[in-house]
Formats: sequence, structure tokens, C-alpha cells
Amino acid sequence: MKYASQQVAKPYFIFALILFAGQILFGLVMGTQYIIGDFLSGYIPFNVARMVHTNLLIIWLLFGFMGASYYLVPEEAGTELHSPLLARITFWVFAVAAVATILGYLLVPYAKLAEITYNDLLPTMGREFLEQPTITKIGIVIVCLSFVYNIGMTILKGRKTVVNMVLVTGLIGLTVFFLFSFYNPSNLVLDKYFWWWVVHLWVEGVWELILGAILAFVLIKVTGVDREVIEKWLYVIVALALISGLIGMGHHYFWIGPGEYWLWLGSIFSALEPVPFFMMVLFAFKMVKKRRHEHKNEVATLWALGTAVMAFLGAGVWGFLHTLAPVNYYTHGSQLTAAHGHLAFFGAYAMIVMTIISYAMPIMRGRPQGNSSSAQRLERFAFWTMCLSMIGITLALTVAGAAQIAFQRLPESGEALSFMATQEKLIPFYWIRLFMGFVFLAGLLTYFASFFVGKTDKLSHA
Amino acid sequence: MADHFTKNMARNIYYGGSFFVFLLLIGLTFDTMLELPKRDHRENITAAVVQGKKHWEDNNCIGCHTLMGEGAYYAPELANVFDRRGLGNEETFKMFLKGWMAAQPLNIPHRRQMPQFNLSEQEVNELADFLIWTSRINDNDWPPNIEG
Ligand code: HEC
Ligand code: HEM
Ligand code: HEM
Ligand SMILES: [Fe+2]
Repeated sequence: MKYASQQVAKPYFIFALILFAGQILFGLVMGTQYIIGDFLSGYIPFNVARMVHTNLLIIWLLFGFMGASYYLVPEEAGTELHSPLLARITFWVFAVAAVATILGYLLVPYAKLAEITYNDLLPTMGREFLEQPTITKIGIVIVCLSFVYNIGMTILKGRKTVVNMVLVTGLIGLTVFFLFSFYNPSNLVLDKYFWWWVVHLWVEGVWELILGAILAFVLIKVTGVDREVIEKWLYVIVALALISGLIGMGHHYFWIGPGEYWLWLGSIFSALEPVPFFMMVLFAFKMVKKRRHEHKNEVATLWALGTAVMAFLGAGVWGFLHTLAPVNYYTHGSQLTAAHGHLAFFGAYAMIVMTIISYAMPIMRGRPQGNSSSAQRLERFAFWTMCLSMIGITLALTVAGAAQIAFQRLPESGEALSFMATQEKLIPFYWIRLFMGFVFLAGLLTYFASFFVGKTDKLSHA
Repeated sequence: MADHFTKNMARNIYYGGSFFVFLLLIGLTFDTMLELPKRDHRENITAAVVQGKKHWEDNNCIGCHTLMGEGAYYAPELANVFDRRGLGNEETFKMFLKGWMAAQPLNIPHRRQMPQFNLSEQEVNELADFLIWTSRINDNDWPPNIEG
């Protein structure tokens, strides 16, 4: 570690992983409720479990992005972090707000939560992914501003490398587009139109910049390839991501009110969105092939390569699968959407956070060349378990989605099965999904265990 | 990547290209805003529809249901429930919804449950008005059939 202040990243990473575990537990609750409808339904209704699951996901990814930035920005800029104290305060504010919000979901009925947080003053609640009370949303904005300020000041006083510039544009974009979550007009069509400016412009826009920057940073470190080469790739990848992804947002405007030209624009532009994800795969493998040194943290390299591949599968392949309007007409809002959502979120964003953790955590714990080989072996096993079980979840949901379409959507009205009757038929696939979910949990626990083993081993590579 | 393609060129594509496309998105958004009144029939957004949307949000219906294909995939699509359960008749639908909301949870063993929200008759009627208005948005003929 070059600068003492990079150390502030550590609590961010640890807390992110704790929330990740919580996310998975609630995923398993829902996976069970999909099959046994009244499982815990009096205590944790499905909608509550879902809010907890998806909100924990978003929050832990934000903690991960923040940790990543606090770690890599000083190193890239060649200077200490502007204010480590502010970073520590921000951590606690965010952590307390996050825990309070999740407890709010779990402990009081949602309508009551809306009431006690004065949602009526500025109603923003009750929309998918944006379920947080308005006061929490304001908190998130404050946390993001303080974070972007700290990172921005650090960059201003140091080297403005390409990695830092791309990262900071991504972070500013993240904050700016989140502001659309405060716009909740009574016209549902306008509400939905701009809701996507948070959701789509995050995951298929500015977050891709964050993803690309973190990936490039880790690749520079583990391969030692010339920065000039890596930076050129990074620019091209993020350029293509934005050029395809901004108007690619049209793939959400097919069936919610906007006019017919979006059928064309959305299909054509979003069909190009897999290109930058594919380039990420080429990029990662090329850089590793051209590596100038053998970094002893081999498992960090594995995470970097894995992120590129899994992001391409989840976002690129599974995204393309349903992005053309004539296909999306039948797949829209089916289990196929869930299949894609899982593989894309995991492959791109969960994995990039684990990539930087895998690289940076050992260094922050005084192991500059990575963990002992026994810890790395365990981590590698966890990597494969999580990746393969997530592919299993995705395949189960893909088959479920295809069957759902065949029973419920393709036949004429009158012939088609109802939604609920269709769901009964899908139960075998939901069992497979649930089983794969438990395998995923086992992988996650193994991953956690890898932090605690091999401490006493002679550091094989030290 | 080829050598004659320099880092500066890549940078210019990044900043220039995305800025240009972003402007294009803004332009398309303006155009869509001009077109939408004809498609969303906003003249029919009554006070009851506004209240209905609020009850929809305050009770997080989207956490189980899809509405125009967006939301959760656990329970039936509701943008066309007016046509499916109300057969396109406002009175019929309001009767249905009143009965439906009052009957929850159905407590059929092992069947997926919808909670009891304890809404007043007026609130249920407002929810119905919201769902009726929603069902009439021009959404390019989605969903493919009545089952949603
Ligand atoms: C915890 C999940 C959950 C929540 C939250 C929820 N529902 Fe439901 N809803 C269901 C389930 C499950 C069914 C299907 C029940 C059945 O067929 O037995 C259903 C069915 C319906 C139906 C009948 C649809 C049809 O075509 O048969 C309507 C109407 C409805 N819900 C309205 C609402 C409204 C309005 C809200 C918000 C106030 C809401 N639901 C919130 C789970 C939920
Ligand atoms: C890492 C990047 C991505 C992530 C995290 C992601 C995630 C998601 C999620 C969570 C949804 C569901 C949204 C909802 O609940 O309504 C969704 C929908 C969708 N995504 Fe992605 N996505 C990514 C990239 C892509 C790409 C590159 C494409 C196209 C090639 C794509 C195409 C779609 C489409 C068409 C839908 C709408 C599905 C529907 O109609 O129900 N996604 N995405
Ligand atoms: C491992 C066990 C997991 C199980 C059993 C599980 C289960 C579920 C279920 C049942 C839903 C709700 C689907 C619906 O609306 O009907 C859901 C939603 C979601 N989950 Fe998971 N999940 C798991 C892990 C994950 C992981 C690891 C991620 C990402 C890193 C993730 C991301 C999401 C997202 C983004 C959604 C919203 C999807 C959408 O709107 O299309 N889940 N999950
Ligand atoms: Fe999208």
C-alpha cells in the first residue's frame, strides 16, 4: 500500500460483504416462497423480502464502489486521500442509514413506514428499487456528495490518470442520475420514463465506467502491462458503453407508453450494448497474456478475468436474448427478466467488487503479494462455486421463463393458462433455482472462510 | 489495439461521442414529451387516479406484481386486470376489487399469499380508478393476451 489513507477502504469492504450475506438470506426466503407460498408470509411478505434483497444489493455495491475508490484513487493520484476523517464519518452515516432503513422494512408495514417518514411531504416511495423512505434518499445523496467531494479533491491535487478520470465521471453520474429518484409525478408514464434514468442509466451507463475503471486498475497492478495500452482500451470500452447504452434505454420504452419509434431505437442501440462487454473480455485476457510480471495474488487475476466473462454472459448474452422489441414483446416482465437481472448484476457488479477486494484486502492486511496459498485455494474454490451456482440459477430461471411464455403468453386469450396456473407448472424449475441458491450460499460462506485461513502458514510467496 | 489509433483519439471518442449521444437522448426525450399526452390520456387523470397511485405506492403493490410488465414477477400483471377481472366494465371491476381486497389473505395452504391492507372503500375505489386509467395507456398493444 502506497498511502496510509487507503486504509479507510477496509471497513467499506467488510461492511459490504456483511450486507451481501444478508441479501442472499432474503433471496433464499423468496426462493422458498416461490414454491411454498405461505412460507413465513405472515412475518416477511414477499414484497418485503424483495425490497430487502434488492436494496441490500444496491447498498452493498455502493459500499464496494466507495471502498474501491478510497483505495485506488489515492494510489492513482499519487497523493493521500483529501480527508480520511470525512471518509470515516461518511461510512458511519451510510451504515447507520442503511441498517435503519432495512429494519424499517422488516419491522413495520410499508404503509406505516411511509407515514412515519412523512412520505406525503415528498412522495418518492413504493417504486421498484427506489422503495427507500425519502429521508433515506436524501441521506444517500448527502453521502454520495461527501464521497464524490473527497474523491474529487484528491484527484484535483494529484495525477489525473485515465483510470481516475473515468472513475470520477462514473461517480458523478451515479450521484446526478440518482436525483431522478425524487421525481415522482402522478402520471405513471412520466414516472416510469424517468425511473429508468436512475435504473438503466446506472447499470448500463455510469456504473459501467466504474466497472471499467476498477477492472483497469486491477489489471495494471496484477499484470504490469504498460499503462498507455490499458488506458486506450479503457477509453474505447467506456465510450462504446455510453454511445450504445444511453439510447439503448429505449429497450425499456417499448410497452410503457412512449411512441413507436422507440421500438426501433431501443432495439438497434441496445443490440450494440454487448459490444463493450465483449471488449472487456478481450481486454482482460489480452492484458493477462501480455503480463510483465507474475503477481503472487493469482486469485485476484482470476476474479478480474471472471468478472469480464460473467459480465459479458449476464449483460451481453442474456441481455441480447430479450432486447429486440419483437422478442421482448413476449419476454417482458417474465422469469427471463429475472434470469438476466441475476447474472448481469452478479457477473458485472458483485464480481468487480469482489475483484478489488481480492486484490486490495490482502495488501491492507499486510500481505502485499496476496494471501497464503491455502487461503487462495479456498478463495478459488469459492469463486467457482459462486459463479457456477449463479449460472445454475440463471439457467433454471431461463427455462422457467421460456415455459412461462409458452403456457401464458403465446396462446390466444382463452387458450392461455392464467398467471397463477402457469406458476404451478414452473415449480420444478423453482426447486432447482432454490437448490442452486443454497449452493451459492455455501460458496459465499467458503469465500468468507478464506479470509480467516492460512494466517499462520508461512506466507508462501512473501 | 492498432498503434495508429492513439489514446487521444480514444479519449475524444469517449468525451465527444458520449456527449453527442447524450444530447440526442435529450432531444428524443423532448420529442417524446410532446407525443405522450396523446398516448397517456392525461386529461383523464382525476384526483381519484392520483390518490389511487399513491395507495399503490404506499402499499408497495409493485413488490409482488408487475404493472405494464415492470415490477416483481410473483403475482399477476395488473395493468390489464381491469380487462381480465372487470371485463372492461368499470362497475364490475370496482365490485371485483372491493371483494378481492377484503378477502385477503386467502389463506389457501401453500398458495402464494397477498396480504390484507385494510383499505377503506374509498381507497379501494381510487385504486380501481388508477388501474382503469393505466389500462387505457397506449402501450403498443402489450401484453400479448389477457393473462398478462
Ligand atoms: C406479498 C405480495 C403481494 C402484494 C404486496 C400485493 N399482492 Fe396482489 N396478489 C398477490 C398474489 C400472490 C395474487 C394472486 C392470488 C391468487 O390468485 O390466489 C394477487 C392477486 C391480485 C389481484 C387479482 C389479479 C388477478 O388477475 O387475479 C389484484 C387485483 C391484486 N392482487 C391487487 C393488488 C393491489 C392493489 C396491491 C397493493 C395494494 C397488491 N395486490 C399487493 C400478491 C400480492
Ligand atoms: C451489467 C449490466 C446490466 C445489468 C446489471 C442489468 C440488469 C437488469 C435488471 C435488474 C433488469 C430488470 C429491471 C426491472 O426490474 O424491471 C433488466 C432489464 C432488462 N435488461 Fe438489463 N442489465 C444489464 C445490461 C443489459 C444489456 C447490455 C442489455 C441488452 C443487450 C440488457 C437488456 C435488458 C432488457 C431488454 C431488459 C428489460 C426486460 C423486460 O422487458 O422485462 N441489459 N436488466
Ligand atoms: C443465491 C440465491 C438467490 C436467490 C434464491 C434469489 C432470488 C430472487 C428472487 C426470488 C427475486 C424476485 C424475483 C421476482 O420479482 O419475482 C430476486 C430478485 C432479484 N435478485 Fe436475487 N436471488 C439470489 C441471489 C442474488 C444475487 C447474488 C444477486 C446479484 C448479485 C441478485 C440480484 C437480484 C436482482 C437484481 C433482483 C431484481 C430482479 C428484477 O427486477 O428483474 N440475487 N432474487
Ligand atoms: Fe436497460
